[in-house]
Formats: sequence, C-alpha cells, structure tokens
Amino acid sequence: MADKEQNMAWYTFKKGITNENPTYVQALGMCPTLAVTTAAINGLGMGLAVVAVLSLSNLMVSLIRKSVPKDIRIPIFIVVIATFVTMIDLLMHAYTYDLWKTLGIFIPLIVVNCIILGRAEAFASKNPPHYAFLDGLGMGTGFTLSLFLLGSVREIAGNGSWLGIHLWNFKMFMFILPPGAFITLGLLAALFNYIKIKKAEAEKKRQQELKKQQAQAQKA
Amino acid sequence: MELVLIVISAMFVNNFVFSRFLGICPYLGVSKKIDSAVGMGLAVIFVMTVSAAIAWFLDQILISLGLGFLRTIVFILVIAAFVQFIELFIKKNNPSLYDSLGIYLPLITTNCAILGLVLLNSMLKLGFLGAVFNALGASSGFAMALVIFAAIREKLELYDIPKPFQDLSIALITAGLLSMAFLGFQGIVK
Repeated sequence: MADKEQNMAWYTFKKGITNENPTYVQALGMCPTLAVTTAAINGLGMGLAVVAVLSLSNLMVSLIRKSVPKDIRIPIFIVVIATFVTMIDLLMHAYTYDLWKTLGIFIPLIVVNCIILGRAEAFASKNPPHYAFLDGLGMGTGFTLSLFLLGSVREIAGNGSWLGIHLWNFKMFMFILPPGAFITLGLLAALFNYIKIKKAEAEKKRQQELKKQQAQAQKA
Repeated sequence: MELVLIVISAMFVNNFVFSRFLGICPYLGVSKKIDSAVGMGLAVIFVMTVSAAIAWFLDQILISLGLGFLRTIVFILVIAAFVQFIELFIKKNNPSLYDSLGIYLPLITTNCAILGLVLLNSMLKLGFLGAVFNALGASSGFAMALVIFAAIREKLELYDIPKPFQDLSIALITAGLLSMAFLGFQGIVK
C-alpha cells in the first residue's frame, strides 16, 4: 500500500517533465518561453519563479478546494495566483535585482500563464494537497528544463557562450533576436516529435514480433 | 504627431507577437481559419483599448494611495470583470455580434497581451491619450499578425509537411520567418 502510494506520488511528479511536458507536449505558457530565453540563466530564473508560484498556488487551491463555490472559482484562483506572483515579484526585486530587470514585465505576467490556471483548474481543485503540490513541482520542473534547454541552445548558437562562460567566437546573432526564438523552439518541438514517433514505431515492431513468436509457439 | 508615432511603433516596430512575444497562446491557437482570426483580432482591439483607458485611471488612484505593488492583482481582476461584463452586454444588445465575437471573449481574459499592455503603459508612465493610442496600435498590430498568420496556415494545410514538423513545429517556424520580416521595421521610430 505504501509502495503504491509512493509510485503514485512519483508519477504525479514525473509526468510534468516527460509525458505532459508543458512546453513541448501541451504548448502552454509560450510567451515567457520565447521571450526570456535569450540566455540559459534567464530561462532558469524564469523557470524557478514559475516553479515557486505553481507549487504554492496548487497547494493553496487544493487546500481551499472544498470551500470555494463552483461558479466563482476562476476569479478566486486568479486572486490566489496573483498574490503569489506579487510576492515572488517583490522578492526577486529585493534579492536578484539584475535578473528581475532582464525578466521585466514577464514576472507579473506569470499571472496569466496558462500553465498555472490550467493546473489549478484541471488538477489542484480535484486532488488532495500533497499531490497538488507535487504536480505543481513536476510541471514547474518540466517547464524549467524546457526553458533551460531552449535558452542554452540560443545562447550557445547566438552568443558563443553558455551560462555566461565564453566558448568560442562563432556567433549567429539571429538566434538571440526574436525570429531565433520561434525557429529554435520549432526545431526543438520537431526533434521531440521525431523521438516520439520513432519510439512508437519501435514499440509497434516489438509487439508484432511478440505476436509472431506466440503464434509460432502455438503452432509448435 | 507624437500619438501617430506611438501607434506606428506599437503596431510595427514593437509588434506584440513578433518582437515582444505577448499573446502567443491565442496567436497559435486561434489562427487555423481566417474568419476566426478576424473575430479574435476585433475582440482584442476592442477589449485592449477600453481596458487601457480604465487601467490608466486605476493606476493613478493606486499611485496616489501608495499601493503601486497591488497593480498586478487589481489589473487582472478589472480585466476579468470587464470582459465578463462586455460578454453579458453584447449578448443582450447585439446577438449577431455576440455570435461572431462571443466565443473569443472569455479567452481574452487569459491573453497576456492585455495585461502586458496595461503593465507596459504603467511602466512607461504614459499619459491618458498616449496609453489609449498605444493600446490601439498594439492591438491592431496583434490583429494584423493574427490574420496574416491565419492566411499562411490555411495554405499550409494543403502541403505535405514531414511528420515531425506538423502542427506546432511548422507554425513556430512560420512565425519565425514572419518575425524576421518584421525585423525590417526596426529603427523606423526611435
């Protein structure tokens, strides 16, 4: 029983990173994804801010889920989310001023990030608090990793550096400019699709072979 | 003259979709058909311009009370309430308009372009007319981008795209090429 529960908790956490990755699978929260990933470190900072807001708001929404009237749940969720976002905004302003300045308007805009309201509505309002918290943590981590990957590719290709460490002098500025964001994300999405299609094909083949073997065994 | 510059700058140079990355979700979501793109575009122009005007007054009140940090919460609630109100109003007074715009209105609440514009206005400390014209320019730019993109996507439906590139991927790459074209406007307005 305890084992099963642990499995369930692990799955709740993991699905946000792989099967239901918010960026590459669900295509949610695209605005900050494209806007702030000019460097790997910005993507990481934005991702962590989202992790904090998402897990805390999921926890809060789940705690109050039984006392919220159904008709006005969306405005209530928005107020909860906006409160946490304002807190993170003020904290970042106080302790990580440079990052706060580069992310700029996109920190308050976490309020309207579809991932957060989406998880509150689809998961946190129907599940107990600890699962909701884990779900938020998982989704947030998936989002952070996607942003970090996109930011890394753009920084390495466009600026010849990674996490601020100089690598080489070959620079393609297009990757830092807005078109680079769209095109890099498009190519990465295609790559993940390709992996998914190959995996599905391999799985199909394996099952066909299994069937063949079974048929032969039956004949024999 | 200054107002004309604000409109041009918001519409072309700092186009919300192609250079500021605001409103990408509806941009990718509601751009499969030209008709729905036009409907969404018009709804955004209307809501954005009026919200900018309302938010400007609210911002003055918040600043005079020294409550500037409550901006985000107040703005999002006002936008949500306003959109809801518009929806009810149009439904009652102009059912044919409601049929064409209605389904897009709830989507606008979570459109980051609206909240983004309102926050930008307050950050740039624009005057009342400046704020309204900035909203007009930005939303027209958004509508334009949406309609152009929808037209391209309708054509794309007819082509044989490699499997991994279908849907999201090709849409993003198309947007990237469009955004490259819009880079040409950079530097027109200082």
